Amino acid sequence: MVLLQEATTRIGEPNRVAMGFFFLFIATTLGITWWAARKTRTTEHFYAAGRSITPGQNGIALAGDYMSAASFLGIAGLVSTTGFDGLIYSTGWLVGWPVVLFLIAEPLRNLGKYTFADVVAVRLRQTPVRIAAAAGTLATVSFYLIAQMVGAGGLIRLMFGIPYETAIVAVGVAMIAYVLFGGMLATTWVQIVKAVLLLSGAALLAVLVLSRFGWSPMALFAAAADKYGAGVLSPGRLVSRPLDAVSLGLALMFGTAGLPHILMRFYTVPDAKAARTSVFYATGLIGSFYLMTFILGFGAMVLVGPDTIRSVEPGGNMAAPLLAEFLGGTPFLGFIAAVAFATILAVVAGLTLSGAAALSHDLWVGVVRKDRADAAEQLKVARIATVGLGVLGVLLGITFKGQNVAFMVGLAFAIAASGNFPALVLSIFWRRYTTAGAVTSMVLGTVSTLVLIYLSPTLQVDVLKHETAWFPLRNPALVTMPLSFLAGIVVSLLTANPEEAQGFDGVARRMHLGPSA
Amino acid sequence: MADTRLADLAARRWKVQVVLTVAMIALYFGFILLIAYDKPLLARLIAPGLSLGILLGALVIVASWLLTLVYVRWANTHYDAGLDGLRK
Repeated sequence: MVLLQEATTRIGEPNRVAMGFFFLFIATTLGITWWAARKTRTTEHFYAAGRSITPGQNGIALAGDYMSAASFLGIAGLVSTTGFDGLIYSTGWLVGWPVVLFLIAEPLRNLGKYTFADVVAVRLRQTPVRIAAAAGTLATVSFYLIAQMVGAGGLIRLMFGIPYETAIVAVGVAMIAYVLFGGMLATTWVQIVKAVLLLSGAALLAVLVLSRFGWSPMALFAAAADKYGAGVLSPGRLVSRPLDAVSLGLALMFGTAGLPHILMRFYTVPDAKAARTSVFYATGLIGSFYLMTFILGFGAMVLVGPDTIRSVEPGGNMAAPLLAEFLGGTPFLGFIAAVAFATILAVVAGLTLSGAAALSHDLWVGVVRKDRADAAEQLKVARIATVGLGVLGVLLGITFKGQNVAFMVGLAFAIAASGNFPALVLSIFWRRYTTAGAVTSMVLGTVSTLVLIYLSPTLQVDVLKHETAWFPLRNPALVTMPLSFLAGIVVSLLTANPEEAQGFDGVARRMHLGPSA
Repeated sequence: MADTRLADLAARRWKVQVVLTVAMIALYFGFILLIAYDKPLLARLIAPGLSLGILLGALVIVASWLLTLVYVRWANTHYDAGLDGLRK
């Protein structure tokens, strides 16, 4: 251990093993894309993989879509440098999944076609609802995409030693290739390959760590407490302000059920029962992954040491790669680095596809062409939207180079929880929801989140370096989510619409029995 | 006739949904509020190396997954049977 702290790490040097694994991943996924491209002939294939994905496959793909590099590298890093406080994130990132299952997955599959706007618009006026829902989707997707892209550029530069811009362009080109040619089928299989790599990489790391502690996690935790004090096993300063913790918790719990790229995955399975089963698998996989972050984080703390981890990268993000290097030398470091890259690629592909669906299916086909576009036109527009969003992602990634964008993931979750989730729930479960109510809750939820995050310490203090902030909470969901629900309800009651309420009878039938009913 | 049976099934599903969602909210926010208001309790060691906080954190993850299991079990037996009855 002492040796490693003195020895220099090979992180940041061009690593042949990492390059080898990385090119193997690219070759495999492009092969998958070529295979998927031959099957992608209609919009149903492009957006929903022909509804041919099995529950098991979709469970793994959901896990792949959700487990970003931030959760793998970020949480392992937080645990390795702060101990228990990092674990609070491990639990927070999982608790949205039961909510997705209980409230959203099955009705969404039964009521919609490709996007969550389909569900909200089913008995309301198409044009305003689709515009508002597309705005919420694009806001969520853009912020999530910027965070992933900037993270990717920095990560790749750090691990492979190649320039930031080159890394961003490489990610952009690969993700556009997957989505443009292979549509949802290729995107799904990229997620599956990535999820299997990430889960097995994390499991291998965890097993190697535990092998040094007599296969006992408790022995590992005890070693951490011996070395760095009992404080690492108990809550520290992270939750010093309860309202902040509750607000972030709300964003994580209900934002998951409003993330467009996650919701879109439920359309890839044959029916609602398959959607239900796939969330069960996904929750199990994601849960075991976050349990493994306990082992990885404390393993890195004990075996590598917080000071070494911070000296390589102040945020602690290199904890898992450093642990891999310690346990398995340069080859294992190379493997984990390639897995982290694959993770980012897969997540941005899923995001791009869901953004493209909002642009083409909701805005072009639904709003501009009033559902009169033929199949060929729909597919063409979807592909143009994919390239447009991909290029935008690259440009945003380069624009935000070196900026502090860590808050953007929290922001994306807050918009999803405040703009998308309330509208989805109210349209599924509440008869008297009206077009005006739906538009109000979506627009107000999204706009108020943007305004309050701008006024919050997250932006004013952390990014803009002001002394104080106007709004006290670091994540606004505690205010914006109830506000969106309340506004949706009040406006619906003020604009009561018997016709739209009558349409709910059909919704109530179809959300249980499916589109054939 | 079919409509009242559907309404009946929908009401039963609603009850299950609400109970499980509230359970999930209570579980997670209970954990967060404990962290916020009773740090010494969570710092207590139950066994060498195992603090109550780490144990509860792991249990929140396992319990979340068990709640999905409860729902899937209920839906696969009761809800699906009700739907099959309605489709006939």
